[in-house]
Amino acid sequence: MATGIKDKVAIIGMGCTKFGERWDVGSEELMVEAFEECIKDAGIEKKDIQAAWLGTCMDEVNVGKSALSLPMTLRLPNIAVTRTENFCASGTESFRGACYAVASGAYDICLAQGVEKLKDTGYGGLPASSGNSLARFWMPNVTAPGSFAMLASGYAAKYGIDPGELKKAMAHVSFKSHANGALNPKAHLRKAVTMDQILNAPIIAHPLGLFDCCGVSDGSACAIVTTPEIAKDLGKKDFVSVKALQLALSNGYEAQYNDWECDHFVTTSKASSEAYKEAGIKEPREEISMMEVHDCFSITELVTMEDLHISERGQAPKDIMDGFYDRDGGVPCQVDGGLKCFGHPIGASGLRMLYEMYLQLHGRAEERQIKDPKLGLTHNLGGFPFMNICSVAIIGKYGV
Amino acid sequence: MIGITSYGANIPRLRLTRMAIFQSMGWFAPAIMAVAQGEKAVCNWDEDALSMAVEASRDCLVGMKKENIDALYLCSTTLPYADRQNAGIVSTALNLRDDILTADFTSSLKAGTSAMVTAFDVIQSGEKKSIMVTASDHRETKGAYFYEMWFGDGAASLLLGDKDVIAEFKGAYSVSYDFADHYRGTGHKFDYMWEERWVRDEGYSKIIPEAINGLLKKCNVSIDSFAKVVYPCFFKREHIGIAKKLGIPPDKLQDNMHEVCGETGTAHPLLMFVAALEEAKPGDKILLASFGNGCDAMYFEVTDKIKKLKEHKGVKGSLAIRKELDNYQKYAKFRDLVKVEMGIRAEAGGQSAITVLWRKRKMITGLVGGKCKKCGTPQFPKPEICVKPDCGAVGEMEDYEFSARDGKVVAYTGDMLAVSQEPPAVYGIVQFEGGGRMLADFTDCELTEVKVGQPIRMSFRKRYYDEDRGFHAYFWKAVPQAQA
Repeated sequence: MATGIKDKVAIIGMGCTKFGERWDVGSEELMVEAFEECIKDAGIEKKDIQAAWLGTCMDEVNVGKSALSLPMTLRLPNIAVTRTENFCASGTESFRGACYAVASGAYDICLAQGVEKLKDTGYGGLPASSGNSLARFWMPNVTAPGSFAMLASGYAAKYGIDPGELKKAMAHVSFKSHANGALNPKAHLRKAVTMDQILNAPIIAHPLGLFDCCGVSDGSACAIVTTPEIAKDLGKKDFVSVKALQLALSNGYEAQYNDWECDHFVTTSKASSEAYKEAGIKEPREEISMMEVHDCFSITELVTMEDLHISERGQAPKDIMDGFYDRDGGVPCQVDGGLKCFGHPIGASGLRMLYEMYLQLHGRAEERQIKDPKLGLTHNLGGFPFMNICSVAIIGKYGV
Repeated sequence: MIGITSYGANIPRLRLTRMAIFQSMGWFAPAIMAVAQGEKAVCNWDEDALSMAVEASRDCLVGMKKENIDALYLCSTTLPYADRQNAGIVSTALNLRDDILTADFTSSLKAGTSAMVTAFDVIQSGEKKSIMVTASDHRETKGAYFYEMWFGDGAASLLLGDKDVIAEFKGAYSVSYDFADHYRGTGHKFDYMWEERWVRDEGYSKIIPEAINGLLKKCNVSIDSFAKVVYPCFFKREHIGIAKKLGIPPDKLQDNMHEVCGETGTAHPLLMFVAALEEAKPGDKILLASFGNGCDAMYFEVTDKIKKLKEHKGVKGSLAIRKELDNYQKYAKFRDLVKVEMGIRAEAGGQSAITVLWRKRKMITGLVGGKCKKCGTPQFPKPEICVKPDCGAVGEMEDYEFSARDGKVVAYTGDMLAVSQEPPAVYGIVQFEGGGRMLADFTDCELTEVKVGQPIRMSFRKRYYDEDRGFHAYFWKAVPQAQA
């Protein structure tokens, strides 16, 4: 009987670059910037790292195939390094690899690093995919905003919500994240915006306007993990440990069977339920202190609140408008500004979310610090609403 | 008895008003005002001769048994492929039998009628029983030109056979001349036209009467006995003049559709013939003739069976599905007459894997999915393992055609970021009646009119054109249906 990951892994160091249009640097510089912060934070030496995982997604730009770019850049001493690519969960997948390696007893100390250099394409948005050779013949030229925009039409139809009211709730999602991002020196977009600005922005994919979409940025983030025993031996006190790591992938039900109404994420609903079970959480709305979810688009965050079982079905717009997910609300969400303000360098995002939870749990989030957080949840959603990969991670104070 | 057993048509929904052409280009060519009446049917950016041919053929097949078709002749001068049989693509799209003969009839505007005459010869011989003849044209012209005003886009399809004949074939007579009123050399996009006066006087006015008179004599029938005489001629005055010369009263001359559609090239005699059949009564005699490097003339007599024919969209139905286009620049962009900046994002692409196209030809070209023999769930694409959660049967899929099934919109968007010839790219998830769903591009629609739950029908369209390799890709798109 599997016993889960709860409290088997300690995070002893994390690092995160400034996110943004880093025209002056490439993947190598980004990786070094995050790693140097991380290893100092961990208080260990590079030679102590026994294995590493690199999360990165886009071959079109970026570091190319294989994991080689990480050891070549960091000059890691001929250790095991594995690349993980699983769409937007790529970074969290590298973390999962490192955690499982430590928990299995195969290694003492491991590194998980995510990086993505997106701003070398010459245009906005994510790099256009040429798709696999079959998709090219039949799949519409779906973009990320377009595919997630479909959720808004499905959600509004399912719950009979006036599209204008839904658009307002979506706008509040972005409004709240911009307010948070303005306080974060590492965020890409650091300006608060008004509801009017959001509601009147040019349309990217109906009904998503510019401010309903996250930015496109370059960045890297990383974590060093070990066992709680070694963490204690290293003199760490009040450290952060992993409570749950779950992943759920679509199997064609949404895209090919007859029931799904493009109103929720089947995978998120499953992954979050499993994560709560793994972490021993019974009332997530009461027990989760804070969240960093995959707000690639405002509607994604809105719908995700229900699939994380924090908002009741059909009630996310109300909770959002009530400020439940604001920094001073019941479950603060996107405390660091989210993908909305950090942008989404795909391989880095999952680790960037964990970085904020880690800072908050250590009381190091400065102006954004929320009071006495115990459990932080992170969530990635890669792919499309109808066919996706969802990761949910929960971390918290060890022994609490 | 042999003859016509069914008919169909497809005229594109977009109608460019001729005044819009004049208003944009009249400064350059004021004389085009003389023919600026009405409107012409023009392809959407994702329609061409091949896609229209598929749609016209689908219309023709409504209520018919397509398993009975023994041959498919595709007739056009504007087919996308010079070498890769276009009729084969149409046949795959229609999901016809594999053991049939397909052929392209091309290089002349009389190719449509020549294919009909050939088909009747074959059916007469008893070698084949049912042959589909589909004609379609999407002719390009330079701007600010009489021919730009005259030409329209369209397709017509006829099923020829020896059972349940709605119009009996009584005889044919052909003349063939190397009369090059226009020509288009290989690799050229536009026709080169000789002086109109000569085309009128030495071409239309002599060659059509010669063929018609030959037919009358051969069949020993007088022109007075015909209820309708059908032949193309975009010179309005000559169209009537030829009739006068032959002794055909104006009410028996089939309209040349200048005001509502324009001249559709190879398809035009067939399209006008379909329009005549739509109005015909049992016992009516119809004379059909073409024009193009000669002329084929044919003689038909309508039978009682025409009353039993299932209703088709035909010419009347196609003309009723209409969206006015008064934006000449949009038309010019669709025809690639102006270059617009598509952006760096549009550069993504590359080769199209022909091995995949061959392996998945039923899926890609025919929109054939699977239906689980165990649980009955239709699904697209056809999988190895059934998608129904409590089924999961392995290797139990049988072919299941989705193209003719109605559906409805589950979710949609209009995407301004996606590369599109006509932003926003409208696409969404559609659910088919009876089960099965897919993510599909939407076409022939306005974003503001699309709704969740709206009915859709599938249409065969151009998906992309790979200019570097000359590859035309086709797939099916959802057309949201206007709601009452």
